[in-house]
Amino acid sequence: MSLVHAAGLEKSYRVGEVTVPAIRGADFTIEPASFVSFVGPSGSGKSTLLNMIGCLDRPSGGKLTVLDTDVATLDRHSAAAFRGTHIGFVFQDFNLVPVLSVYENVEYPLVMVQNWPATQRRARVLELLEAVGMSDQADKRPDQLSGGQKQRVAVARALVTRAKLVLADEPTANLDHATAYRVIELMKKMRDDFGTTFLFSTHDPKIMEAAEVIYTLEDGRIQQGGAHHG
Amino acid sequence: MVNVLKLATRNLLRYHRRTSLTASLITLGIIAVLMFVALSGSFKALMIGQITDSMLGHLQIHRKGYVASIDNLPLNLLMKPGAVKKIESQLEQMPQLAAWSPRIKFSAMFSNFTETTGIRLNGIDPLREAATCPLLPGRLSDGTAEGGLVQQGRLLIPDIIARGMKVKVGDTVVLVATNQDGSVNGQTFVVQGVLESATGPGGRDAYMHIDDARSLLRLEDASLSEYAVRLNDPAQLPQVMAELNASLGQMLNQQGKPALEVHDWKKLTPFTAIANMIDLLTLFIKVMLVGIVLISIMNVMVMAVYERMREIGTLAAIGTPPRRILGLFVAEGLLLGLAGTVIGTLISLGAVGLLRVYPVYFDFGRQENLQLVPSLAAGDVLFIGVLVTIIAVLASLQPAWKASRMDPITALRAV
Repeated sequence: MSLVHAAGLEKSYRVGEVTVPAIRGADFTIEPASFVSFVGPSGSGKSTLLNMIGCLDRPSGGKLTVLDTDVATLDRHSAAAFRGTHIGFVFQDFNLVPVLSVYENVEYPLVMVQNWPATQRRARVLELLEAVGMSDQADKRPDQLSGGQKQRVAVARALVTRAKLVLADEPTANLDHATAYRVIELMKKMRDDFGTTFLFSTHDPKIMEAAEVIYTLEDGRIQQGGAHHG
Repeated sequence: MVNVLKLATRNLLRYHRRTSLTASLITLGIIAVLMFVALSGSFKALMIGQITDSMLGHLQIHRKGYVASIDNLPLNLLMKPGAVKKIESQLEQMPQLAAWSPRIKFSAMFSNFTETTGIRLNGIDPLREAATCPLLPGRLSDGTAEGGLVQQGRLLIPDIIARGMKVKVGDTVVLVATNQDGSVNGQTFVVQGVLESATGPGGRDAYMHIDDARSLLRLEDASLSEYAVRLNDPAQLPQVMAELNASLGQMLNQQGKPALEVHDWKKLTPFTAIANMIDLLTLFIKVMLVGIVLISIMNVMVMAVYERMREIGTLAAIGTPPRRILGLFVAEGLLLGLAGTVIGTLISLGAVGLLRVYPVYFDFGRQENLQLVPSLAAGDVLFIGVLVTIIAVLASLQPAWKASRMDPITALRAV
């Protein structure tokens, strides 16, 4: 059973009187526990594709199923609930909550999204902090961390709910190359440890090499689908 | 809920300068309202006390129609002896009453043998009157309160007449009054004392012994103009009024309608209009407070939503339910309102306490050195606190609603 399946997927936006296509007839399938990269230049449709897979946006045409759920059928509330249960997010700018500590940032989805009991929360948060190597920074605030450390915390936050799928839109864009590579390696290790599927977008050729499956986008079309590496 | 409040508190502290300024504004509003309530309430209570304790009593009983013609002090609307007997029987059995005083009120001509002027006379039982209006003896600016208040054959006259007619204590004066049958009678009296004016229509009121009033008016029975009644606890006024209305309402006139009327002090003095004005001003100040809280909190929350759009987008993207995002911003408004309320209330209570230790004196009309004793009822403090809290929540609802409805993609793209 595939984790994500797209058939003839379309997405277009209206800009005034003009309809601008962002995704044109994309077909792809993503298997569980895979490590996938969407690559392409700016404006090629990478973020749009990730937004639709992440139930943040709805397709204009075609079909997109995530974990056997048709994304087009989800309203605002059920989409939020679906994301909270099944999908984790890692952002280019890390997007940690500045008033929360590292521990509390990782704990946030368990408290505010999934209502875990306190005792179970603690064990899970500590497990994830340990996994991303941030146990010793648990009490720090995000503004006391480096970019790489922030992204590690973001990865921990994305995984803490046992999400089946983590979407990372340009997760290394604000990191130097060495740090970016370490973050990608971390994500890959998390995939290995937890069996989570990672989908990330990038236009950094060196980073894209780390992906096991690569989809190349250009002008909203998948030019090269499912190229396998490593 | 605790986690929402914790996060809301931290977000407020993140913008501590803005939070302090907004909380200060609410604090100032709370202080303004509570201090006005405390001071105006004290002023009102003082004025009401002056009027009820030196002139009116807390309530009065009259024959039906008397109050409508009270400016003329009509003698054809006196309560008949039968009614008087029943009223006194009723008053005797009411433990809520501290005292009551029978009065005969009438107009007369006052002469010092060279000039004549109109005067309003109160024929009273001195001991009962002093018990019903305990501040009345204190209004004596000259002379003494011998005989309980006034002796037979003597008069207590208002200072406005004493000064205008150049009459002193010990002088003999003549009173000429028209009797019930239309005849005229005149008698001489000695001035026993001069009364300072009380607030209201008592400025030309003089006092004499009730037996002298009956003699001057040639009243041969126990007819009376009114009873002034003083309660042990003025707060019991509505219950006492209801009880008196129920019992005295059974006394019917020839038309089969109630023969008597019971009026509280509010119906008998123009000061009621001032008291109502004070209440209206208090209401206006409360409305202003509502405006201050509404605008300041809404302003802060709108700014918070715009500044934290990416954060809102992140929270929404990772699955935070919209109602929880709404709750987060409402909690910030609530905490801001509560902080202003608690600080404002504490400062107000402290200021009221200080004003009680170091009292403020003021003059009102011809009355000098009246002491303000500000106080805050728990109900007032609670009402203002709850009002501000509710308004704080309402003010944050719109920005919170906007935050909860925000499209995550648009929010995440915000700079």
